[in-house]
Amino acid sequence: MSAFVALLARDVRLATRAGGSAMLALAFFAAVATLVPFGIGSEPKLLARVAAGIVWIAAVLAGLLALDRLFQADYEDGSLDLLALSPVSFEGIAAAKIAAHWLTTGLPLTILSPLLALLLNLPTKAYITLFVSLLVGTSAISAIGGVAAALTLSIRRGGLLLPLLVLPLLTPALIFGAGAVLAKLDRIENGAIWFLAAFSAVAVLLSPFLTAAALRFNLAE
Amino acid sequence: MFAYANPKRFMELSGRVLPWLAGVTAILFAVGLYLSFAAPPDYQQGDTVRIMFIHVPAAWVAMMAYGFLALASLISLVNRHPLADVAAKQAAPLGAMFTALALVTGSLWGRPMWGAYWVWDGRLTSFLLLLFLYLGYIALRNAIESETRAAKAAAILALIGVVNLPIIEFSVQWWTTLHQGESIFRAGGPTIAAVFLWPLFAMAAAYTLLFFTLLIVRIRTDILERRARALTMGHAA
Repeated sequence: MSAFVALLARDVRLATRAGGSAMLALAFFAAVATLVPFGIGSEPKLLARVAAGIVWIAAVLAGLLALDRLFQADYEDGSLDLLALSPVSFEGIAAAKIAAHWLTTGLPLTILSPLLALLLNLPTKAYITLFVSLLVGTSAISAIGGVAAALTLSIRRGGLLLPLLVLPLLTPALIFGAGAVLAKLDRIENGAIWFLAAFSAVAVLLSPFLTAAALRFNLAE
Repeated sequence: MFAYANPKRFMELSGRVLPWLAGVTAILFAVGLYLSFAAPPDYQQGDTVRIMFIHVPAAWVAMMAYGFLALASLISLVNRHPLADVAAKQAAPLGAMFTALALVTGSLWGRPMWGAYWVWDGRLTSFLLLLFLYLGYIALRNAIESETRAAKAAAILALIGVVNLPIIEFSVQWWTTLHQGESIFRAGGPTIAAVFLWPLFAMAAAYTLLFFTLLIVRIRTDILERRARALTMGHAA
């Protein structure tokens, strides 16, 4: 367990220090959300309607950004081989890295989201729903993204392939996440947030095993 | 079943079966197309109803192909049968083609019926996502140089896809429901007239056999390519 925590702490530190991906992902998240009004117009009513969707799409894209280095950096410099020899199981390595990814992208951008919601004129009553949907849903981004990152490990420019693999799989999260906020705006109860929670729970539970399987065959050769 | 998973035995057997399979496929297509044109125009859809005879079977086969892909992937992961892996690899482009065919014919049908080539309704959208799943599988497979790694990575992706597919389907249905409801497989029997049902089933059988015919051709080509490569390497050494 202490090795697991050490690995988690190491990855969080690597992501948050100079040259790390955490700040970049956050800046990218803000930049995407800021760009949209320039593309679709600044009409407040329109923005209020699409705000949740924009924030959610920006979150999904920002989540992708740091994925291609999730395992690859350690794979290239040999750290992953050393980790494989350590007492932590492959499942443990996968879980620690996915958790670190979420702590350094999913969580910060969830915290930043109310600010973007403000810029995009989201009605105040939907703030909490947006916040909770991101808090729950970004874990699915890290979980599913983690598997894809491990699958593309041996590809030199695997990052280019990641969006094609991850985005279709993440559609349910986007639909339920943005849908929960829209339902709140329309004052309807449709349980979207619970569907999102279920989706994330399954993704988070299965992901370490699938990621570990992918790491195993990539290191086997 | 695994007795035939031996490539050599597969080549013998498939070589004997293939001409018959291709022949039956051709006959079914002839019958199906004849029935499609012989059917009377629909009282609502007019002649556009005939697009359904090439559209619906394509959609069925596209979904069946993904099921086949996932099953073959599972067998290749668990039992490590090389032939299962070749079958999965060769089923993917076929499945993608049938998905694309279903999308194109669907949008051609949609133009006169809905007034638009594309509407963001549940079934269209989930088929578009199915196409992306196929393309992701093919891209991942092609991007990984080592054949064994490519096989395993692609198999895991196919299995994730097949688990996620019903969820995607559900979420997209939840998201919007503009498409007409199920009209063929439902309790109380089909609601479409028998004159339309027969050409539909004939075409469905033809499409299914076409998938397997092409699949066998592709698997045979793959095996022959591997043999040719092995021979070349043998000569070079």
